[in-house]
Amino acid sequence: MNSGPALVSILRQGDTLVASVHTALDDSEMVRFQNDLVSRIGEHRARGVIIDVAALDVIDSFASRTLRSIADIARLRGAVTVIVGIQPEVAFSMVRLGMDMGDVPTSLDLEEGLAYLARVNGRAAGGRRG
Amino acid sequence: MSQDDETQESSEQVEASSSGDQLLPQLVAHLREHRAKLRDEWASRIRDAHLLEAMTPQEMSAETTSVYDNYVEVLETGSVEALQHYARDLSERIIPRGVETHEVVGIVLLLRDVLARSLFEKYQRDFGLLNRILDAYEPAANRIANTVAVSFVDERERVIRQQQDAIRELSTPVLPVRERLLILPIIGVLDGERARQLTEQLLSGIRTHRAKVVVIDITGAPEVDETVANHLVQTVDASRLMGASVIITGLSPTIAQTLVTIGVDLSKMNTIGDLQGGLEEAERLLGFTVTRKAVTDGS
Repeated sequence: MNSGPALVSILRQGDTLVASVHTALDDSEMVRFQNDLVSRIGEHRARGVIIDVAALDVIDSFASRTLRSIADIARLRGAVTVIVGIQPEVAFSMVRLGMDMGDVPTSLDLEEGLAYLARVNGRAAGGRRG
Repeated sequence: MSQDDETQESSEQVEASSSGDQLLPQLVAHLREHRAKLRDEWASRIRDAHLLEAMTPQEMSAETTSVYDNYVEVLETGSVEALQHYARDLSERIIPRGVETHEVVGIVLLLRDVLARSLFEKYQRDFGLLNRILDAYEPAANRIANTVAVSFVDERERVIRQQQDAIRELSTPVLPVRERLLILPIIGVLDGERARQLTEQLLSGIRTHRAKVVVIDITGAPEVDETVANHLVQTVDASRLMGASVIITGLSPTIAQTLVTIGVDLSKMNTIGDLQGGLEEAERLLGFTVTRKAVTDGS
């Protein structure tokens, strides 16, 4: 299914998946990322997903919509998604262009994202699974 | 006959432009000779026109004397550099007194007229000579008026730029108050440029201080227009994308009414009456509890 070098690495940390986007993705790569991530959520029975976009210096409307739909799909599969690492310039140009992340929670960086998931999932399920 | 006249006149004009060099010294000598009288007349016309009322009579007399001398000197040497320098100096002194551009231009034009009148008077019997004198005088006088006006405006713009820079430097401090908590007090008028700068500083402040909560206090902002209000909303949204929640405090009654009237979407804005309340809310969000110890108990 994969072709070419990985533009996104998806790592598993306990019941959390950490997806780091390393470089700007075009539309088809974005779709591939979405498919990869959604199937990995099922494989690993993930409870939380962190998408780290710190390396992106631009997030266009397609990318933000895809990220939103990943979050929606992940929720249907039982995982909470947090988007982390949006850079100041990126954040401002996104709101300038009228884009947002909808109801998807955002955090400053990976650390904050993990803390957020621990808080949310801890409250919902009373602790982490192995 | 009339053709003769015309040829004579045109030849005279040619002569005038070539002999302008000799006429100017004559003119300057005249102006120097009647310096006191012409200066007083000028000063009284300034008073009549209600110009420079911000200045005391002593200052007026000192300034008019030096303007007059500079004026005559430019007529003599044809070099405006000294005048430029003087005009900048003068502007520097009188701008803080609230002297307006029209006053400065007005007094220079008055001086031009006073001097022109005196030339009329002196040469009225010899029309040809008067014409040549005016040919020499007018371009120089206009150049002087131009120089003074431009120097004044330049100086004023320099002052304005300097003040803008000063305001910009102290305008938007982002202050860490507690771990993860920033305060952004906004003092003074928010225009588009300042609002943009504020957003930039806030967002990079959120990253450097790893802030989770930001309190923007706009008690000190007298008014907010639609552009700035929308910009504020965008700033709040952008901060949220970076994982920080924003509390806005100190919305004055006027600003609150404006925001509602212009229909800015404030549903996502967390607003609290005053800075104190905002800080309390921020502390609650961050999980701080501030309690007051008994004074003797403090350690």
